[in-house]
Amino acid sequence: MNVLEVNGLNKTFAAGGMFRAIGKAKWAVNDVSFQLKTGETLAIVGESGSGKSTTARLAMRLLASDSGNVLWGDDDVSSLSGKALRQRRSHIQMVFQDPFASLNPRMKIWQTVAEGLRVHQPSLSQQQRRQKVADTLLLCGLDASGMDRYPHQFSGGQRQRIGIARALIVEPKVLVLDEPVSALDVSVQAQILNLLKDIQRVKGLAYLFISHDLSVVRHISDRVAVMFAGRIVEQGTAAELFAQAQHPYTRALLAARPIAHPKERHSIAVDANETTEATADSGCAYQPRCPFATEACASFDGKLRRQSGGHDCACLHPLPIND
Amino acid sequence: MTYIKVVATVARLRHTSAMLEIRDLSLSVTIQGNSVEAVSSVSLQLESGRVLGLVGESGCGKSLTAQSILRLGEHQGVRKSHGDILLDRDSLFEMSDETLRRMRGGRIAMVFQEPMTALNPVFSIGSQIIEVIRLHLDMDLKQASARAVALLTDVGMEDAQQVLAQYPDALSGGMRQRVLIAMAMAADPDYIIADEPTTALDVSVQKRIIALLLNLQRKRNLGLLLVTHDFGLVAEMCDDVAVMYAGQIVESGPVSEIFDQPAHPYTRALMGCRPEVSEAGHALPVIGGQVPQPGQWPQGCHFADRCPLAQDDCKKAPLAANVWQQNQHIARCLHVNTAIKG
Repeated sequence: MNVLEVNGLNKTFAAGGMFRAIGKAKWAVNDVSFQLKTGETLAIVGESGSGKSTTARLAMRLLASDSGNVLWGDDDVSSLSGKALRQRRSHIQMVFQDPFASLNPRMKIWQTVAEGLRVHQPSLSQQQRRQKVADTLLLCGLDASGMDRYPHQFSGGQRQRIGIARALIVEPKVLVLDEPVSALDVSVQAQILNLLKDIQRVKGLAYLFISHDLSVVRHISDRVAVMFAGRIVEQGTAAELFAQAQHPYTRALLAARPIAHPKERHSIAVDANETTEATADSGCAYQPRCPFATEACASFDGKLRRQSGGHDCACLHPLPIND
Repeated sequence: MTYIKVVATVARLRHTSAMLEIRDLSLSVTIQGNSVEAVSSVSLQLESGRVLGLVGESGCGKSLTAQSILRLGEHQGVRKSHGDILLDRDSLFEMSDETLRRMRGGRIAMVFQEPMTALNPVFSIGSQIIEVIRLHLDMDLKQASARAVALLTDVGMEDAQQVLAQYPDALSGGMRQRVLIAMAMAADPDYIIADEPTTALDVSVQKRIIALLLNLQRKRNLGLLLVTHDFGLVAEMCDDVAVMYAGQIVESGPVSEIFDQPAHPYTRALMGCRPEVSEAGHALPVIGGQVPQPGQWPQGCHFADRCPLAQDDCKKAPLAANVWQQNQHIARCLHVNTAIKG
């Protein structure tokens, strides 16, 4: 069953500053569609500015899209707002990147974690709420004895567990995880990734996992969508994408992954003076950087097409699989 | 330009056995009024032409160690409690303020992590680079600005002349990091300390900055100290590695040996929990427990409480850095052979 579905999402932001009225609107998200099933992890990867976080915020209805619709389960929430939207929010919850900035330093841990209950289960007594917080903290690997402490008394990894508990307490079906481990040390990152896997297994949750780190994505996700300049340029199972990427941009991203051992050095030549970060306004946005671009790319519609390998790729000249 | 080259060449000839050496250095910091040891007996040697990686998790003391080389952090209460830092046999702690000022940027330069905050937003790129050049080299404005253009071209900036007039907010993160690298090169230093130089950047930009740093390092025969938490970066760039844990160097040696056969149980564990070396979908190996805070270090091996191989002897007394040694490869561990067999 699809617990989250978005169709043809578009979002533009007006050019900032005092020339707002005459500035050109910038596409942040352009015709983005995906589905997410129970118990599944879909990763959205891309570099800063690719629109991955905006996509997540649109899917959460923290931002309203210009067009397109968002379904939470069978519920079309695209046009809901205010109280009607708030009441449905227990369906989808979010875990943020920075465990230091995302917890209120003046609130005790249990108050932070219990906040969602005020909206979604207002009939609970304080006793019941505290019990629920203790259970949820335990699920996240934290001892309930810490629930009357403040955030500064916890380490980064523990705070991220608290952030996860806060999201889980209203029993969502979908968790949106926006770079949940990128602020953590490697050894702590491993603990949190394991925890997320365990919780998913126990609760059957679906994850929308936003990340720029391909090693982490390969580890945790079932399917991957690669975003570039507001569009999904390639989408498929994690196994397909990591073994048989066909979009030149995906290939470039994969090639830029950190190496695991010094003997892999120089396997890929990198031009240190290659500085272009440009994107094209019409046609395929990746043209200015793409070594395979042709004239036809300037009028490409940017839509995903099913490839022979079985996954979707938005490229006029998809790379052969056995390259 | 030729003048600088001559000066630089003379400087290099003078320092034929050029070396930056940290010798048994301990640093203490002030936490809530108490002086607490945060770096404990660290020894490192950086030769010109080499890249040394100082790797560890947050709070292990790697940045504190690196910053102490420029004697930064002293106004924030970081104090040397033991040991010395030698630049070609001269102690940095005995230098006059004037010599120290010339040394910073002139002999040893630093590239910081955050390209967004390391540049001053209200001065143009040109004025910031030219300031550094004129501080260290005897040049008039015209010469200095020509040098700035040359430096920016060296770090791969197109239209360097135009960039001079721009302000930091007009540049992307990768471009700002290039500017910072150009600034570090401004007075032709012999050593560069790079503290997480690519952490804030996108992966593809990261790759190019790494290539740029390595190109410059080779071309100018620099000694590069790379401070990082990322073994991928170490694998990519370094000749030698030192791994820090809770204020101590627990293992050091040539990069290929450390990756082929990590000796210390902490190094092995830390390398093992990287998602890139694990099988997708399986649980990642983890290190139980937490890093002890400064002031709460165990008496013996700092890792003993979390180590699967720890015996009673590990906890009795402080261990020497080279308790285990195989040529250049040393480890602060009594049970390396068990670790390697296990």
